[in-house]
Amino acid sequence: MFKKPAKQLKESLLKLWELIPRWLRNILSAAVRIVLDFWRENLKVPVIAIIFGFLVGALVILAIGKNPLLAYMAIYKSVFSGMRNFSETIAYVTPLIFTGLAVAFAFRCGLFNIGAEGQVIVGMFVTGYIGFTWPHLPPVILLPLAVLGGALAGAIWSGIPGLLKARLGVHEVINTIMMNHIAFYLVNWLVSDPFKAPNYQATAPVPESIRLTKLSDLFSFEPASGHTGIFVALAAAVICYFILWRTTLGFEIRATGFNAGASKYAGVNTSRSLFMAMVISGAFAGLGGALQTLGVRYRVWEMAAFPEFGFNGIAVALIGKNHPAGVVLGAFLFGALMRSDAAIQMQADVPRQVVAIIQAAVIFFVAADEIVRWLVAKRKREVVVHD
Amino acid sequence: MIETTALAALIYYMLRNAAPLMLTAVGGTFTERTGVINIALEGIMTVGAFFAAAVTMLTNNAWLGVLASVVTGLIISYLHGLVCIRFKANQVVSGVAINILAAGLTSFLMKAIFGSGGQLIMGDAPRLPVWSLTKLILGIPGLGRLIQAVIPENWIRFFDESIGSQVPGVYIAFIIVIIAQIILFKTPLGLRIRAVGEHPRAADTLGVNVPQMRYIGVLCSGLLAGFAGSILSISPGASGFMVGMVAGRGFIALAAMIFGKWTPVGAMGACLLFGLSEAVRVSASVILRDLPWMQVIPSQLLALLPYIVTMLALAGFVGRSTPPAASGIPYESEQ
Repeated sequence: MFKKPAKQLKESLLKLWELIPRWLRNILSAAVRIVLDFWRENLKVPVIAIIFGFLVGALVILAIGKNPLLAYMAIYKSVFSGMRNFSETIAYVTPLIFTGLAVAFAFRCGLFNIGAEGQVIVGMFVTGYIGFTWPHLPPVILLPLAVLGGALAGAIWSGIPGLLKARLGVHEVINTIMMNHIAFYLVNWLVSDPFKAPNYQATAPVPESIRLTKLSDLFSFEPASGHTGIFVALAAAVICYFILWRTTLGFEIRATGFNAGASKYAGVNTSRSLFMAMVISGAFAGLGGALQTLGVRYRVWEMAAFPEFGFNGIAVALIGKNHPAGVVLGAFLFGALMRSDAAIQMQADVPRQVVAIIQAAVIFFVAADEIVRWLVAKRKREVVVHD
Repeated sequence: MIETTALAALIYYMLRNAAPLMLTAVGGTFTERTGVINIALEGIMTVGAFFAAAVTMLTNNAWLGVLASVVTGLIISYLHGLVCIRFKANQVVSGVAINILAAGLTSFLMKAIFGSGGQLIMGDAPRLPVWSLTKLILGIPGLGRLIQAVIPENWIRFFDESIGSQVPGVYIAFIIVIIAQIILFKTPLGLRIRAVGEHPRAADTLGVNVPQMRYIGVLCSGLLAGFAGSILSISPGASGFMVGMVAGRGFIALAAMIFGKWTPVGAMGACLLFGLSEAVRVSASVILRDLPWMQVIPSQLLALLPYIVTMLALAGFVGRSTPPAASGIPYESEQ
């Protein structure tokens, strides 16, 4: 008996779908659902903001007499030409997904976690510390221990400002900034004095048994920094979505962020929501730091400046509209920018700091979505005049 | 115990470190009193510090550097005002964007103009002069003689080493604190500023121009924070501009503003406390090394002191300090 080709295709696809293991099927369908959910958000503002951000960057490059097209070609090439470049980009994208999720999660509760930077730093250190202190533990124990240790460190680091906010009402922005500086100086002291390895501006390395596999080994191409942590990052985005939209805690957190007064009146323990939002937010950032140590750095190095993943996480969350799927896309954009700043300088002779200017412009235009609306409205008015 | 010269040095550094914080905190007080939160003060200080150093190097005149820092502070705060007042954006997000912009713009221009990354080495370029209050007082006919006759010489030397020969910013900061306190609480303009931050609708009904008042507040904060930046980079003995040199001072100033209950004089007190904690850090290895507890604490860890003091101060006092009611809320006119 003949079936219609469309029906045949559908059936064979269904068969193929059933071949996939059940757990993977669940993850895939969840991912599709999250992406569709994100699609329903108003995406006009972030897209226009990104375009305007790059236009501002182009103007700045023109102002110093260089060619913006050359600079933007350099970005494109250093991200998309070949698996090696792409994998190097992924190495930047991975921590940015975590910091973006951290900022977005706190934002959903109406909190501004500027401290992802410090939470990443303590996450990097504690994971490294666990790794080099007990190198002989079996990897099945050591790896989860090190990862959870990093997440816990981040959670504690954001929990302190969270507690101060929930109990005393101290504004979290100032305290998270202070915690950034404390993390920076504290970890720099720890790695340069008590835990310094001889001949290194760093601690001892974590054992090879718990280092994350490089994507280049997994898919066999030229060696590059991208590691399997990217899959953990994508899973974290799914988990973030589920906590926020599929649990009571997530509902209370979003309700508190939407209208704290009304939530309190309706019986939500808003202090708990604020505190938990900060703790979970910091855990995401700490995880990002943990995977940075296990996947890229291996040692905890002395820092000359902030690693900037936390600050860029703010931009990532904003252009991602504080939605996990948007965060993944935003992390890719900013990861690409972080990856290519050296190429911009080498190939287009433009100072690499132009990337920070583009980022700031993008945040501006997202924050001031009224500007975008105003520009659009103005154009419409002009059209009317011409008629 | 600490010797008198060491004590004088401690006071010297306390005042010198407190001055930029005081100016910025007064600026923060003005902007929040009109109802606009300005987290961007950190970035404005950074830009001010950079332009002060850059213009001083290019023109060989430190006062032109100060002028440049003030003007750029005004421009950037106008940007913040435009986005927050005209376009009603989230004020905290706009501030964060400016902070990122400031860090990027200064390193970008440093690379593009001077070809150096990380640090702008000023070398022999001029700095602001030291202002000698001691000489000024002793120079007053009659009074100077009288003081020299009555007060022991080592007391005068102590005064000179701690307060008498300071960077210009210190004296200017104290004068500005007093002027700001008077403007804010003793003049019609101050009343309007406070009214706009507490209840903009009521102020609007009575004919106060709410956006105009808010622009005044934001521009004041930009002017003062920009000037504070120049104190960091081109004061006598300062080494010029470095990436990350502001190191959270803009936020510490905001904490001082809260600590001081949104009054210039109160903020001044908080800034002196934070200035002292930084002075302890700066001078620890030189002055305080004979104290017994200094041997226990590694000097690197003293870098944490200003930040921890800030957090403790906020945690202890914020409950008793209420911000202006309309701070952070964009004002929608009813017309």
